[in-house]
Amino acid sequence: MVKVEVKNLNTWFGLLHVLKGVTIDIQANEILSAIGPSNSGKTTFLRMLNRLNELETNFKMEGLVNLEGKDVRAIDVELLRKKVGMVFALPLPLPLSIFENVAYGVRMHGMHNKGKIIERVEEALKKAYIWEEVKDRLEESAFKLSGGQQQRLCIARTLAVEPEVILFDEPCSGLDPISTAKVEEAMLKLKENYTIVLVTNNVKQAARVGDRTAFFLSGELVELDKTEKMFTAPADQRTDDYIRGKFG
Amino acid sequence: MRNSRRSEKIAFFFLFLATLLIVVPVGLIIAIIIQKGLPAINWQFLSDMPRSGMRAGGILPAIVGTIYLVGGAILFALPIGLLAAIYLSEYSRDNLLTRMIKLAIVNLAGVPSVVYGLFGLALFVVFCKFGASILSGSLTLGIMILPLIITSSREALESVPDSFREVSLSLGASKWQTIRHIVLPNAVPGILTGTILGLGRAAGETAPILFTVAAFYLPQLPKSLFDQAMALPYHLYVISTQVPNVDEKIRYGTALVLLFLVLFMNLVAIIIRYHFRKKKKW
Amino acid sequence: MRKLKEFIIEKLILVCGLASIFFVVLIFLFLLKEGLSVFKSISLPDFLFGKNWYPISDPPQLGILPLILGSLLVTVGAAAISIPLGVGAAIYIAEIAPAKSKEVLKAGIELLAAIPSVVLGFIGMVTLVPWVKNIFHLPTGLTALSGSIMLAFMATPTIVSIAEDALYSVPKTYKEGAFALGATHWQTIYRVLLPAASSGILAAVMLGIGRVIGETMAVMMITGNSAIIPNSILQPVRTLTATIAAEMGEAVVGSEHYFALFAIGIVLFVISFAVNVTADLFLHKRK
Repeated sequence: MVKVEVKNLNTWFGLLHVLKGVTIDIQANEILSAIGPSNSGKTTFLRMLNRLNELETNFKMEGLVNLEGKDVRAIDVELLRKKVGMVFALPLPLPLSIFENVAYGVRMHGMHNKGKIIERVEEALKKAYIWEEVKDRLEESAFKLSGGQQQRLCIARTLAVEPEVILFDEPCSGLDPISTAKVEEAMLKLKENYTIVLVTNNVKQAARVGDRTAFFLSGELVELDKTEKMFTAPADQRTDDYIRGKFG
Repeated sequence: MRNSRRSEKIAFFFLFLATLLIVVPVGLIIAIIIQKGLPAINWQFLSDMPRSGMRAGGILPAIVGTIYLVGGAILFALPIGLLAAIYLSEYSRDNLLTRMIKLAIVNLAGVPSVVYGLFGLALFVVFCKFGASILSGSLTLGIMILPLIITSSREALESVPDSFREVSLSLGASKWQTIRHIVLPNAVPGILTGTILGLGRAAGETAPILFTVAAFYLPQLPKSLFDQAMALPYHLYVISTQVPNVDEKIRYGTALVLLFLVLFMNLVAIIIRYHFRKKKKW
Repeated sequence: MRKLKEFIIEKLILVCGLASIFFVVLIFLFLLKEGLSVFKSISLPDFLFGKNWYPISDPPQLGILPLILGSLLVTVGAAAISIPLGVGAAIYIAEIAPAKSKEVLKAGIELLAAIPSVVLGFIGMVTLVPWVKNIFHLPTGLTALSGSIMLAFMATPTIVSIAEDALYSVPKTYKEGAFALGATHWQTIYRVLLPAASSGILAAVMLGIGRVIGETMAVMMITGNSAIIPNSILQPVRTLTATIAAEMGEAVVGSEHYFALFAIGIVLFVISFAVNVTADLFLHKRK
């Protein structure tokens, strides 16, 4: 089943043409990873899916982004962002307690029943594999956690609002190998229930977790294929060069 | 080379001298007021009505009047100023309107205080028929400190990292929810600092209250918003220039109370700023 | 329901965002409303350049030239003192002072900015005025000079803090470049830093002077308040601001005197508007 459909998407920030005619279908319950050198448009692509690019005043777009067959621009933006959650490049806990970080989104969507919120927070923390580490210190500031813990807390925060699609924007760029492994493990488990789009600078990470991989270069989608295929027999010479580390 | 070293020394000496010429008198002024004013300060001075044509007794009505005026001014200026700051920090785009608002703020900050007095007289006292009253005076002072509140609140709001806003929005919170639950709570120390500085400014100003509220002498404390009131800065002006043969001690004592009030608020603002800068989590 | 609430709040925010424009316009309109009436009985040139200010004689003579000259004299005097002191101190604090004393000095200058003008006026009355009287053997120490000194003092915090900002925001590479060429610290300051920060310093000076022109209480308390055309800085003068402050209390609402005081307010408003807009232009040029 196609979850997200991107058709001939062009975007600009002022005069800068960032995405150039990108067309991608994202299947439900897959991990699609987007790789490419920096400034290749991957993050812009990701932020199209939850309309976060619109925060920039000089942003312009052409083309279509559909969520379950519906134009995202026609969906109420708050509802869209509830359905399409995001985990950012750096762990970005809000300046609140551990508990409140996870409860924040839930509360903002109008849930006030304390028992239900507690339930939801616990569930989300478990799904993000951090419950055991924080269950006795929920009232502490989220800034007291380690980088890896903070990032899993951010995943829990995203899960708590019960999204359908989760966007990961280079989620391990600030983390050590062990924390990275934990985050990747969480992602693989999450795939069962969510559609995941992962933007990464780390080609090996894409190879490890992605079902399919998209290679972006200078705003164009160069190649999109099964991850195994892409990493063994890429169709495009540029993909081959990038994967082999000739540039990027 | 030796020559340029020598001219450097001379130049630096003069720059140092210029700095001393500003800072030393500040210290002296404060020292003189404390030294000569302190003997006048006692409970009676602070809690009694003026007596014998303000040549004896206390300054209670002036203290009370100033507190009313400052409270009224902040009640008016804080909500408007804070919302205006939110507009500039969270909603405005870089366009002509924003440019005009910023220019208006700069101008509002630069309008001479006595012109505020005239404005308050024309609008509140005469046109709105509030008369010379606490209401007129508070509103006048409130408009006067508005630019200060806007500017400091805006700085506080803008110092909250954009990433917090993005996170909140990405979770599906609305713009206002983001402002209300993420941006505002983290800007509170800065807003508080600006507000207290505004209080201090309003407490010390004389010209805006001259024709809008200030009473030369009142035998009782004000009872309603539409009463005139005495105020510390105006009282100091009156007993320094308008009433002959006032004991120097009373003048210095009044100056000290006013100075203390204003500097105390500044000190509190500085402490809050310092405290939260250290505690800042990002 | 929540959407409606947020819609209302956001409209309220927009309205408050426009409040400063609204108030500036409102101030100007009310000054005009009251002040323009004076021109029914006196022409603009007669008002601005009339040599006599006798508002309560019959008929009143409402020439504000003596007041303009009074303001001008006090302001020029204050500028002559405060510009070198203020810019000098800004250079010292931004460039030369060791980190520790820098904080103390800045706090001292902030403290000065916080002292109410009526307190400074009072201190001026009891200290400065007798000194001026004794040093120059004058019949009274309530002179333009006393006012200039006190106002210079009040203008310096503005000048120092804005000029210091301007110096501070000069890119470090400029300085390093000059040092690399073997210039001394002082040469670097006056050949590189000062020119680079010049528009910011100019803005600082203008805003300082703007503060002087608009200052009321201190000036009213120590300049002697005589509305005659001054021919020496050692004479009493009366400024535009002091005239309003001193006379509005006695002016009858709706009288020519009342209107004339508002007309003076218009003059002050226009001056401060011009000063602030120009200074703002200089500050933005810097960025």
